[in-house]
Amino acid sequence: MVKKIYFQSIFFSFFFIKEAFAAESGGMPQLNPEFWVSQIFWLILSFGIMYLVLSKLILPKISNNLESRKSQILENIEAAEKQREDSDAKLKEYDEIISKSKLKATSIFNQAREKALKDIGAKREVLDKQIDNEISEAEKEIDVLRKKAPDKINKIAIETSSELLQKLIGAEVNNSSISAIVDDLSKRNGDKYYGN
Amino acid sequence: MAANPMSQFNVYRIGPEIKVGAFDISFTNASLFMIISTVSILLIFNLGSKKNSILPNKIQLLAELSYTFVSKMISDTAGSKAKPYFAFIFSLFMFVLFCNMFGMIPYTFTVTSHIIVTFVLAAFIFIGVTVIGFTKHGFGYLKLFVPSGVPAVLLPLIVIIEIISYLSRPISLSVRLFANMMAGHTMMKVFGGFVISLGIVGGWLPLSFSVALTGLEILVAFLQAYVFAILTCIYLNDALNLHH
Repeated sequence: MVKKIYFQSIFFSFFFIKEAFAAESGGMPQLNPEFWVSQIFWLILSFGIMYLVLSKLILPKISNNLESRKSQILENIEAAEKQREDSDAKLKEYDEIISKSKLKATSIFNQAREKALKDIGAKREVLDKQIDNEISEAEKEIDVLRKKAPDKINKIAIETSSELLQKLIGAEVNNSSISAIVDDLSKRNGDKYYGN
Repeated sequence: MAANPMSQFNVYRIGPEIKVGAFDISFTNASLFMIISTVSILLIFNLGSKKNSILPNKIQLLAELSYTFVSKMISDTAGSKAKPYFAFIFSLFMFVLFCNMFGMIPYTFTVTSHIIVTFVLAAFIFIGVTVIGFTKHGFGYLKLFVPSGVPAVLLPLIVIIEIISYLSRPISLSVRLFANMMAGHTMMKVFGGFVISLGIVGGWLPLSFSVALTGLEILVAFLQAYVFAILTCIYLNDALNLHH
Protein backbone atom coordinates (compact mmCIF):
# COMPACT_ATOMS: atom_id res chain seq x y z
CA MET A 1 0.00 0.00 0.00
CA VAL A 2 2.68 2.44 1.07
CA LYS A 3 4.79 1.29 -1.85
CA LYS A 4 1.95 1.93 -4.25
CA ILE A 5 1.41 5.44 -2.96
CA TYR A 6 5.11 6.05 -3.10
CA PHE A 7 5.49 5.10 -6.74
CA GLN A 8 2.31 6.87 -7.69
CA SER A 9 3.46 10.04 -6.11
CA ILE A 10 6.80 9.82 -7.91
CA PHE A 11 4.89 9.33 -11.14
CA PHE A 12 2.65 12.32 -10.47
CA SER A 13 5.55 14.45 -9.50
CA PHE A 14 6.96 13.99 -12.98
CA PHE A 15 3.74 15.38 -14.33
CA PHE A 16 4.02 18.23 -11.93
CA ILE A 17 7.53 19.06 -13.08
CA LYS A 18 6.50 18.80 -16.70
CA GLU A 19 3.70 21.23 -16.06
CA ALA A 20 6.12 23.57 -14.37
CA PHE A 21 8.41 23.36 -17.34
CA ALA A 22 5.56 24.10 -19.66
CA ALA A 23 4.44 27.03 -17.57
CA GLU A 24 7.79 28.79 -17.80
CA SER A 25 8.51 30.40 -21.14
CA GLY A 26 11.80 29.69 -22.94
CA GLY A 27 13.92 26.74 -21.54
CA MET A 28 17.37 27.80 -20.40
CA PRO A 29 17.87 31.27 -18.98
CA GLN A 30 21.53 30.90 -19.98
CA LEU A 31 20.63 31.31 -23.64
CA ASN A 32 18.70 34.51 -23.06
CA PRO A 33 21.07 37.24 -24.29
CA GLU A 34 19.41 40.00 -22.28
CA PHE A 35 22.13 40.19 -19.62
CA TRP A 36 25.12 38.85 -21.55
CA VAL A 37 26.81 42.18 -21.90
CA SER A 38 26.24 42.93 -18.24
CA GLN A 39 27.70 39.59 -17.22
CA ILE A 40 30.75 40.07 -19.47
CA PHE A 41 31.27 43.56 -18.11
CA TRP A 42 31.05 42.55 -14.47
CA LEU A 43 33.14 39.43 -15.04
CA ILE A 44 35.96 41.44 -16.62
CA LEU A 45 35.71 44.09 -13.92
CA SER A 46 35.69 41.78 -10.89
CA PHE A 47 38.12 39.22 -12.28
CA GLY A 48 40.47 41.93 -13.51
CA ILE A 49 40.58 43.71 -10.16
CA MET A 50 41.01 40.41 -8.33
CA TYR A 51 43.84 39.41 -10.70
CA LEU A 52 45.61 42.73 -10.27
CA VAL A 53 45.38 42.68 -6.48
CA LEU A 54 46.40 39.04 -6.25
CA SER A 55 49.34 39.31 -8.63
CA LYS A 56 50.68 42.64 -7.42
CA LEU A 57 50.03 42.52 -3.70
CA ILE A 58 49.06 39.17 -2.25
CA LEU A 59 50.85 36.44 -4.16
CA PRO A 60 54.33 38.02 -3.87
CA LYS A 61 53.76 38.23 -0.11
CA ILE A 62 52.79 34.57 0.12
CA SER A 63 55.77 33.50 -1.95
CA ASN A 64 57.99 35.70 0.21
CA ASN A 65 56.60 34.08 3.34
CA LEU A 66 57.19 30.62 1.94
CA GLU A 67 60.74 31.50 0.88
CA SER A 68 61.64 33.05 4.20
CA ARG A 69 60.26 30.06 6.08
CA LYS A 70 62.22 27.69 3.86
CA SER A 71 65.45 29.60 4.32
CA GLN A 72 64.92 29.92 8.05
CA ILE A 73 64.30 26.21 8.40
CA LEU A 74 67.44 25.49 6.37
CA GLU A 75 69.41 27.89 8.54
CA ASN A 76 68.11 26.25 11.68
CA ILE A 77 69.04 22.83 10.36
CA GLU A 78 72.51 24.09 9.51
CA ALA A 79 72.93 25.62 12.94
CA ALA A 80 71.79 22.40 14.57
CA GLU A 81 74.24 20.42 12.46
CA LYS A 82 77.04 22.77 13.41
CA GLN A 83 76.22 22.52 17.07
CA ARG A 84 76.16 18.77 16.84
CA GLU A 85 79.60 18.77 15.23
CA ASP A 86 80.85 21.10 17.94
CA SER A 87 79.52 18.87 20.66
CA ASP A 88 81.07 15.85 18.94
CA ALA A 89 84.44 17.58 18.84
CA LYS A 90 84.09 18.56 22.48
CA LEU A 91 83.18 15.01 23.41
CA LYS A 92 86.31 13.80 21.62
CA GLU A 93 88.42 16.37 23.44
CA TYR A 94 86.89 15.32 26.71
CA ASP A 95 87.60 11.67 25.96
CA GLU A 96 91.19 12.54 25.12
CA ILE A 97 91.57 14.48 28.32
CA ILE A 98 90.17 11.58 30.30
CA SER A 99 92.47 9.04 28.65
CA LYS A 100 95.49 11.34 29.06
CA SER A 101 94.73 11.89 32.71
CA LYS A 102 94.27 8.17 33.17
CA LEU A 103 97.72 7.57 31.70
CA LYS A 104 99.13 10.30 33.89
CA ALA A 105 97.47 8.82 36.95
CA THR A 106 98.90 5.38 36.27
CA SER A 107 102.38 6.82 35.69
CA ILE A 108 102.15 8.84 38.89
CA PHE A 109 101.02 5.74 40.74
CA ASN A 110 103.87 3.73 39.29
CA GLN A 111 106.40 6.40 40.17
CA ALA A 112 105.05 6.62 43.68
CA ARG A 113 105.20 2.89 44.04
CA GLU A 114 108.77 2.74 42.77
CA LYS A 115 109.77 5.54 45.09
CA ALA A 116 108.08 3.86 48.00
CA LEU A 117 109.77 0.59 47.14
CA LYS A 118 113.13 2.35 46.89
CA ASP A 119 112.57 4.05 50.22
CA ILE A 120 111.59 0.82 51.81
CA GLY A 121 114.70 -0.87 50.34
CA ALA A 122 117.00 1.91 51.54
CA LYS A 123 115.50 1.89 55.00
CA ARG A 124 115.70 -1.84 55.14
CA GLU A 125 119.37 -1.69 54.17
CA VAL A 126 120.08 0.87 56.85
CA LEU A 127 118.19 -1.15 59.39
CA ASP A 128 119.96 -4.30 58.27
CA LYS A 129 123.31 -2.59 58.65
CA GLN A 130 122.38 -1.33 62.09
CA ILE A 131 121.18 -4.72 63.12
CA ASP A 132 124.36 -6.29 61.73
CA ASN A 133 126.44 -3.78 63.61
CA GLU A 134 124.62 -4.41 66.81
CA ILE A 135 124.85 -8.14 66.32
CA SER A 136 128.58 -7.92 65.62
CA GLU A 137 129.10 -5.66 68.63
CA ALA A 138 127.17 -8.04 70.80
CA GLU A 139 129.21 -10.91 69.43
CA LYS A 140 132.39 -8.99 70.17
CA GLU A 141 131.22 -8.38 73.71
CA ILE A 142 130.35 -12.00 74.07
CA ASP A 143 133.73 -12.89 72.71
CA VAL A 144 135.44 -10.58 75.16
CA LEU A 145 133.34 -11.97 77.93
CA ARG A 146 134.10 -15.48 76.84
CA LYS A 147 137.79 -14.74 76.67
CA LYS A 148 137.74 -13.19 80.10
CA ALA A 149 135.67 -16.00 81.58
CA PRO A 150 138.49 -18.66 81.95
CA ASP A 151 140.76 -16.24 83.79
CA LYS A 152 138.02 -15.37 86.23
CA ILE A 153 137.07 -18.98 86.63
CA ASN A 154 140.73 -19.86 87.17
CA LYS A 155 141.01 -17.14 89.79
CA ILE A 156 137.89 -18.39 91.53
CA ALA A 157 139.14 -21.93 91.30
CA ILE A 158 142.51 -20.91 92.78
CA GLU A 159 140.91 -18.95 95.62
CA THR A 160 138.38 -21.62 96.43
CA SER A 161 140.94 -24.38 96.26
CA SER A 162 143.36 -22.38 98.52
CA GLU A 163 140.64 -21.74 101.04
CA LEU A 164 139.58 -25.37 100.86
CA LEU A 165 143.13 -26.42 101.43
CA GLN A 166 143.48 -24.07 104.40
CA LYS A 167 140.40 -25.47 106.02
CA LEU A 168 141.29 -29.04 105.27
CA ILE A 169 144.94 -28.94 106.10
CA GLY A 170 145.08 -25.82 108.17
CA ALA A 171 148.14 -24.60 106.46
CA GLU A 172 148.71 -21.87 104.11
CA VAL A 173 149.49 -23.00 100.61
CA ASN A 174 151.32 -20.98 98.12
CA ASN A 175 148.96 -19.45 95.64
CA SER A 176 151.36 -19.75 92.83
CA SER A 177 151.60 -23.54 93.05
CA ILE A 178 147.81 -23.81 93.02
CA SER A 179 147.52 -21.53 90.09
CA ALA A 180 150.07 -23.65 88.27
CA ILE A 181 147.90 -26.72 88.88
CA VAL A 182 144.74 -24.88 87.83
CA ASP A 183 146.41 -23.59 84.70
CA ASP A 184 147.57 -27.03 83.93
CA LEU A 185 144.05 -28.41 84.43
CA SER A 186 142.34 -25.71 82.46
CA LYS A 187 144.78 -26.23 79.63
CA ARG A 188 144.05 -29.87 79.62
CA ASN A 189 140.32 -29.68 80.00
CA GLY A 190 139.67 -26.15 78.73
CA ASP A 191 137.95 -27.35 75.63
CA LYS A 192 135.68 -29.48 77.76
CA TYR A 193 134.56 -26.57 79.92
CA TYR A 194 134.52 -23.58 77.66
CA GLY A 195 133.94 -25.13 74.25
CA ASN A 196 130.79 -24.50 72.43
CA MET B 1 8.76 29.51 -9.46
CA ALA B 2 10.16 27.10 -6.90
CA ALA B 3 9.11 24.09 -8.90
CA ASN B 4 11.02 24.96 -12.04
CA PRO B 5 14.54 23.57 -11.80
CA MET B 6 15.77 26.11 -14.34
CA SER B 7 14.49 29.19 -12.55
CA GLN B 8 17.55 29.19 -10.30
CA PHE B 9 19.60 30.26 -13.32
CA ASN B 10 17.52 33.39 -13.95
CA VAL B 11 19.47 36.60 -14.04
CA TYR B 12 17.65 39.63 -12.74
CA ARG B 13 18.53 43.21 -12.21
CA ILE B 14 19.43 44.47 -8.75
CA GLY B 15 18.97 48.19 -8.47
CA PRO B 16 18.56 50.58 -11.37
CA GLU B 17 19.17 49.89 -15.01
CA ILE B 18 22.60 51.08 -16.16
CA LYS B 19 23.14 51.63 -19.86
CA VAL B 20 26.33 52.56 -21.68
CA GLY B 21 25.36 53.37 -25.23
CA ALA B 22 23.35 50.46 -26.50
CA PHE B 23 24.70 48.08 -23.86
CA ASP B 24 22.92 47.17 -20.66
CA ILE B 25 25.49 46.72 -17.90
CA SER B 26 23.08 46.75 -14.96
CA PHE B 27 24.12 45.25 -11.67
CA THR B 28 22.52 41.78 -11.49
CA ASN B 29 22.54 38.85 -9.13
CA ALA B 30 25.32 37.36 -11.30
CA SER B 31 27.42 40.48 -10.77
CA LEU B 32 26.67 40.30 -7.04
CA PHE B 33 28.02 36.76 -6.77
CA MET B 34 31.06 37.54 -8.91
CA ILE B 35 31.87 40.37 -6.52
CA ILE B 36 31.15 38.22 -3.45
CA SER B 37 33.51 35.55 -4.78
CA THR B 38 36.33 37.92 -5.65
CA VAL B 39 36.02 39.86 -2.43
CA SER B 40 36.08 36.69 -0.33
CA ILE B 41 39.11 35.41 -2.26
CA LEU B 42 40.91 38.68 -1.67
CA LEU B 43 39.92 38.70 2.01
CA ILE B 44 41.04 35.15 2.66
CA PHE B 45 44.35 35.50 0.86
CA ASN B 46 45.01 38.89 2.33
CA LEU B 47 44.46 37.51 5.82
CA GLY B 48 46.56 34.48 4.93
CA SER B 49 49.53 36.55 3.81
CA LYS B 50 49.45 39.29 6.44
CA LYS B 51 51.47 37.70 9.18
CA ASN B 52 54.54 35.69 8.41
CA SER B 53 54.92 33.29 11.29
CA ILE B 54 57.11 30.23 11.13
CA LEU B 55 54.25 28.17 12.51
CA PRO B 56 51.34 29.29 10.29
CA ASN B 57 47.85 29.72 11.67
CA LYS B 58 44.88 28.14 9.93
CA ILE B 59 44.17 30.84 7.38
CA GLN B 60 47.84 31.29 6.54
CA LEU B 61 48.15 27.53 6.10
CA LEU B 62 45.13 27.60 3.78
CA ALA B 63 46.63 30.37 1.64
CA GLU B 64 50.02 28.72 1.49
CA LEU B 65 48.62 25.30 0.71
CA SER B 66 46.58 26.72 -2.17
CA TYR B 67 49.65 28.58 -3.40
CA THR B 68 51.83 25.48 -3.41
CA PHE B 69 49.00 23.38 -4.85
CA VAL B 70 48.56 25.66 -7.86
CA SER B 71 52.27 26.25 -8.35
CA LYS B 72 52.91 22.50 -8.29
CA MET B 73 50.09 21.94 -10.76
CA ILE B 74 51.59 24.52 -13.14
CA SER B 75 55.15 23.28 -12.87
CA ASP B 76 54.00 19.67 -13.36
CA THR B 77 52.00 20.36 -16.51
CA ALA B 78 53.61 23.39 -18.13
CA GLY B 79 57.13 23.40 -16.73
CA SER B 80 59.15 26.27 -15.33
CA LYS B 81 58.53 28.52 -18.34
CA ALA B 82 54.94 29.03 -17.19
CA LYS B 83 55.99 30.87 -14.03
CA PRO B 84 55.01 34.35 -15.33
CA TYR B 85 51.45 33.10 -15.83
CA PHE B 86 51.18 31.73 -12.30
CA ALA B 87 49.17 34.68 -10.99
CA PHE B 88 46.65 34.41 -13.80
CA ILE B 89 46.11 30.67 -13.43
CA PHE B 90 45.93 31.04 -9.67
CA SER B 91 43.23 33.73 -9.95
CA LEU B 92 41.41 31.69 -12.56
CA PHE B 93 41.38 28.57 -10.41
CA MET B 94 40.33 30.47 -7.31
CA PHE B 95 37.63 32.41 -9.16
CA VAL B 96 36.06 29.32 -10.69
CA LEU B 97 36.38 27.39 -7.43
CA PHE B 98 34.79 30.11 -5.32
CA CYS B 99 31.99 30.72 -7.83
CA ASN B 100 31.25 27.00 -7.93
CA MET B 101 31.35 26.69 -4.14
CA PHE B 102 29.19 29.74 -3.50
CA GLY B 103 26.68 28.20 -5.89
CA MET B 104 26.39 25.25 -3.53
CA ILE B 105 24.79 27.39 -0.83
CA PRO B 106 20.99 27.29 -1.13
CA TYR B 107 19.33 30.39 -2.65
CA THR B 108 22.57 31.58 -4.17
CA PHE B 109 23.39 32.08 -7.82
CA THR B 110 26.04 30.04 -9.61
CA VAL B 111 28.06 32.37 -11.81
CA THR B 112 29.78 29.55 -13.65
CA SER B 113 26.53 27.92 -14.67
CA HIS B 114 26.18 30.55 -17.39
CA ILE B 115 27.73 29.74 -20.73
CA ILE B 116 28.53 33.35 -21.42
CA VAL B 117 30.75 33.63 -18.32
CA THR B 118 32.66 30.43 -18.94
CA PHE B 119 32.92 31.22 -22.63
CA VAL B 120 34.44 34.62 -22.00
CA LEU B 121 37.00 33.02 -19.68
CA ALA B 122 37.76 30.24 -22.17
CA ALA B 123 37.94 32.61 -25.11
CA PHE B 124 40.32 34.84 -23.22
CA ILE B 125 42.52 31.84 -22.43
CA PHE B 126 42.35 30.66 -26.05
CA ILE B 127 43.31 34.04 -27.48
CA GLY B 128 46.00 34.54 -24.86
CA VAL B 129 47.54 31.12 -25.47
CA THR B 130 47.50 31.65 -29.23
CA VAL B 131 49.14 35.05 -28.88
CA ILE B 132 51.79 33.61 -26.55
CA GLY B 133 52.42 30.76 -29.00
CA PHE B 134 52.90 33.06 -31.97
CA THR B 135 55.09 35.53 -30.12
CA LYS B 136 57.31 32.74 -28.76
CA HIS B 137 57.65 30.67 -31.91
CA GLY B 138 56.50 32.95 -34.72
CA PHE B 139 55.03 31.00 -37.58
CA GLY B 140 56.77 27.96 -36.18
CA TYR B 141 53.78 27.72 -33.86
CA LEU B 142 51.84 26.34 -36.83
CA LYS B 143 53.95 23.19 -36.47
CA LEU B 144 51.57 22.40 -33.61
CA PHE B 145 49.12 21.25 -36.29
CA VAL B 146 51.66 18.97 -37.98
CA PRO B 147 52.48 16.06 -35.69
CA SER B 148 55.79 14.37 -36.37
CA GLY B 149 55.96 10.75 -37.54
CA VAL B 150 52.73 10.81 -39.53
CA PRO B 151 52.70 9.26 -43.03
CA ALA B 152 52.53 11.89 -45.79
CA VAL B 153 49.29 10.45 -47.13
CA LEU B 154 47.48 11.03 -43.87
CA LEU B 155 49.00 14.43 -43.26
CA PRO B 156 46.25 16.64 -44.80
CA LEU B 157 43.60 14.82 -42.83
CA ILE B 158 45.56 14.99 -39.58
CA VAL B 159 46.26 18.68 -40.02
CA ILE B 160 42.58 19.41 -40.55
CA ILE B 161 41.66 17.40 -37.46
CA GLU B 162 44.32 19.15 -35.41
CA ILE B 163 43.10 22.57 -36.50
CA ILE B 164 39.53 21.70 -35.66
CA SER B 165 40.50 20.34 -32.27
CA TYR B 166 42.55 23.46 -31.60
CA LEU B 167 39.71 25.77 -32.56
CA SER B 168 37.21 23.82 -30.50
CA ARG B 169 39.28 24.27 -27.34
CA PRO B 170 37.42 27.34 -26.04
CA ILE B 171 34.09 25.69 -26.73
CA SER B 172 34.98 22.42 -25.00
CA LEU B 173 36.57 24.27 -22.09
CA SER B 174 33.59 26.55 -21.54
CA VAL B 175 30.87 24.00 -22.19
CA ARG B 176 32.49 21.46 -19.84
CA LEU B 177 32.31 23.80 -16.86
CA PHE B 178 28.95 25.33 -17.72
CA ALA B 179 27.24 21.99 -18.45
CA ASN B 180 28.62 20.35 -15.32
CA MET B 181 27.44 23.15 -13.09
CA MET B 182 24.06 23.49 -14.76
CA ALA B 183 23.36 19.76 -14.79
CA GLY B 184 24.34 19.33 -11.18
CA HIS B 185 22.27 22.21 -9.93
CA THR B 186 19.28 21.18 -12.04
CA MET B 187 19.46 17.68 -10.69
CA MET B 188 19.61 18.90 -7.12
CA LYS B 189 16.63 21.13 -7.74
CA VAL B 190 14.67 18.25 -9.28
CA PHE B 191 15.37 16.02 -6.29
CA GLY B 192 14.53 18.86 -3.95
CA GLY B 193 11.22 19.23 -5.78
CA PHE B 194 10.60 15.50 -5.31
CA VAL B 195 11.06 15.84 -1.58
CA ILE B 196 8.35 18.51 -1.45
CA SER B 197 5.92 16.78 -3.77
CA LEU B 198 6.26 13.35 -2.13
CA GLY B 199 5.79 14.84 1.31
CA ILE B 200 6.44 13.13 4.60
CA VAL B 201 5.66 9.66 3.24
CA GLY B 202 7.86 9.28 0.19
CA GLY B 203 10.10 12.26 0.53
CA TRP B 204 12.84 10.45 2.42
CA LEU B 205 14.27 8.67 -0.58
CA PRO B 206 14.82 11.77 -2.73
CA LEU B 207 16.01 13.59 0.38
CA SER B 208 18.76 11.03 0.88
CA PHE B 209 19.60 11.35 -2.80
CA SER B 210 19.70 15.07 -2.34
CA VAL B 211 22.15 14.73 0.53
CA ALA B 212 24.37 12.42 -1.51
CA LEU B 213 24.12 14.74 -4.50
CA THR B 214 25.22 17.69 -2.41
CA GLY B 215 28.40 15.86 -1.56
CA LEU B 216 28.89 14.88 -5.17
CA GLU B 217 28.27 18.43 -6.34
CA ILE B 218 30.83 19.82 -3.94
CA LEU B 219 33.30 17.34 -5.37
CA VAL B 220 32.29 18.36 -8.91
CA ALA B 221 32.64 22.02 -8.01
CA PHE B 222 36.21 21.47 -6.94
CA LEU B 223 36.99 19.06 -9.75
CA GLN B 224 35.71 21.34 -12.49
CA ALA B 225 37.71 24.26 -11.18
CA TYR B 226 40.74 22.00 -11.13
CA VAL B 227 40.05 20.70 -14.64
CA PHE B 228 39.55 24.22 -15.93
CA ALA B 229 42.88 25.32 -14.48
CA ILE B 230 44.80 22.25 -15.54
CA LEU B 231 43.50 22.43 -19.11
CA THR B 232 44.63 26.04 -19.19
CA CYS B 233 48.05 24.82 -18.07
CA ILE B 234 48.09 22.19 -20.80
CA TYR B 235 47.19 24.73 -23.47
CA LEU B 236 49.85 27.02 -22.11
CA ASN B 237 52.33 24.16 -22.23
CA ASP B 238 51.57 23.68 -25.93
CA ALA B 239 52.26 27.35 -26.55
CA LEU B 240 55.43 27.51 -24.43
CA ASN B 241 57.08 24.20 -25.23
CA LEU B 242 56.38 23.21 -28.82
CA HIS B 243 56.86 19.46 -28.79
CA HIS B 244 55.60 18.37 -32.16
